[in-house]
Amino acid sequence: MQTKRMTFSRSWLPYALLAPQVIITLIFFIWPSFQALRQSVYRQGDAFGIRPPQFVWFQNFQALFADPLYLNSLKVTAVFAIGTTLLSMSVALLFAVMVNRMIRSRDTYTTFLVWPYAIAPAIAGVLWWFIFNPSIGIMPYMLDMVGYNWNHRRDGNDAMIMVIIASAWRQISYNFLFFLAGLAAIPQSLIEAAAIDGASRMKRFWTIVFPLLSPITFFLLVINIVYAMFDTFGVIHATTEGGPAQATNILVYKVYRDGFVNLNFGSSAAQSVVLMGIVIVLTVIQFRYIERRVNY
Amino acid sequence: MASITMDNLCKVYIGGVKAVSDVNLDIADGEMIVLVGPSGCGKSTLLRMVAGLETISDGTLKIGDRVVNNLEPADRDIAMVFQNYALYPHMTVFNNLAYGLKNRGFKKAEIDRRVREAAQMLEIGQFLDRKPRQLSGGQRQRVAMGRALVREPAAFLFDEPLSNLDAKLRVQMRVEIRQLQKRLRTTSLYVTHDQLEALTMADRLVVLNAGRIEQVGTPMELYSRPATTFVAGFIGSPAMNMLPAEYLKTLVSADDLAHLPQSADLIGIRPEDLSLAPPKEGEMALTGELMLLEPAGAESHLHLKLAGLKDIFVARLPQVPDVSEGTALTFSLRRDQLHPFDSASGQRVA
Repeated sequence: MQTKRMTFSRSWLPYALLAPQVIITLIFFIWPSFQALRQSVYRQGDAFGIRPPQFVWFQNFQALFADPLYLNSLKVTAVFAIGTTLLSMSVALLFAVMVNRMIRSRDTYTTFLVWPYAIAPAIAGVLWWFIFNPSIGIMPYMLDMVGYNWNHRRDGNDAMIMVIIASAWRQISYNFLFFLAGLAAIPQSLIEAAAIDGASRMKRFWTIVFPLLSPITFFLLVINIVYAMFDTFGVIHATTEGGPAQATNILVYKVYRDGFVNLNFGSSAAQSVVLMGIVIVLTVIQFRYIERRVNY
Repeated sequence: MASITMDNLCKVYIGGVKAVSDVNLDIADGEMIVLVGPSGCGKSTLLRMVAGLETISDGTLKIGDRVVNNLEPADRDIAMVFQNYALYPHMTVFNNLAYGLKNRGFKKAEIDRRVREAAQMLEIGQFLDRKPRQLSGGQRQRVAMGRALVREPAAFLFDEPLSNLDAKLRVQMRVEIRQLQKRLRTTSLYVTHDQLEALTMADRLVVLNAGRIEQVGTPMELYSRPATTFVAGFIGSPAMNMLPAEYLKTLVSADDLAHLPQSADLIGIRPEDLSLAPPKEGEMALTGELMLLEPAGAESHLHLKLAGLKDIFVARLPQVPDVSEGTALTFSLRRDQLHPFDSASGQRVA
């Protein structure tokens, strides 16, 4: 790629142009990260300054990984992230394949399918909260007709299913757009050649289309896992608040609960650092392999 | 191997655009038919109808004795070579060739045998483990050919397979495809817009214009007796000169045109039928002013201005004559080499 080089006549100008972005990054990213890192190795003092904060090395982390509630949260997060990712990607792929087959109604469907992405996660949470509400919701009403007693306030599995659906719903739009673009980039003649080569519709999809989508699938996999782990705070907060009995208490939500509700800053900070580590690993994986793990 | 029979084939798109109308064509077993015409003439559509990639709006299509109108492409026993080759980019060359056989449930040993045989025939044996992107254009073209060969189908369909190659490779592949086809004796339908490719490769040539067949015949039949003004203008390079008969009468003696029917009001003259030698018995003379001399090595194209005619008149000579632009030149032409047409219908009249 060719880089454009710009020469400034005044030497301070480029710094001035960069300054807003640098300042924002410093205030909203670097400084809080540093604070979290620092706090994660301290035991907090009391509110009156009688006992000052104490440097405790990695005791916060040790306590964290010995805590069954935190280990449970890790497990819950894994189930939630995998569930959300699989659901949103598979449904999005299905929609993309179907819309890709349309000719005239294609744009209309695309527009409708992208709309949910414009809805804030908290609003989506409230929406699903209404739909799944055990007393007034339509879903429990319909499930009751087939003999299933839905109550996500009591049943941890129900709660998990609900937050997965609520989180995946919005993400489907995003994934759909990428898959649709990916499908459009596959030359029609490849599909035709496969048809002449005797591959059935399903076989064409799994042996030609799906492998050719693999770079996009991999990209979306990382994006969706990151989304499910970090961007779903609003959904959880608006629906289950981590309950019942910790069944949907994912890591980000637990950070908030332990820090801002239970005021256990040391543990909360340590949890943030663990999350930071996970983000870093995911980002590295994405940058490392996204270019290379292309299938052809 | 099989014959292909097209009976009143039509293709009408939604909205009423008629891409192919009433095409009747019998392709004999083992014959190589080239469909040629300008872009948009429906030749690719017709080929894709045979392949099963486009539905047939009307008429019947038979491959062998079977009516295949409603059969899936896979069930028509045909193989196709695409313009962009359509190789599966994520598969090795071997798997590209084997894909169609695997789908049809061939035994592993048989697949292996056929792929290696085809690879050897096309000299791509050393590339079997490579991916298509690691191959040059010519090699990809061979792989695409190989994918058609391994299937041993009843018919090959070629959709402008050489148009993505450079000129030199195109000539080479043209020869190879033709030799291969003659060796295998597989019925072939070949689409091109390149008239040279069409003339050199075809057993019989089909000229299409606006979805209709203009003429079917051997390359030499079409060249020496074009049935319509369209074919006359399309086959041959430089294109045939067309002169109104009324105008020609003012240039030459009445005897020269006496053998032509009354309805012939448009006369075609091939540039290469003209010569600079003085007219002999049975020949006529034409005089024009040389506007431009285009030497082309072994031959030359002379652009002439005939008195009172707007269009440029072109002559092609098998040498580069020693004449200067601006001089008047007299050409001789055999009277029986005139191509008489009726301008209203566009049909040849004798």
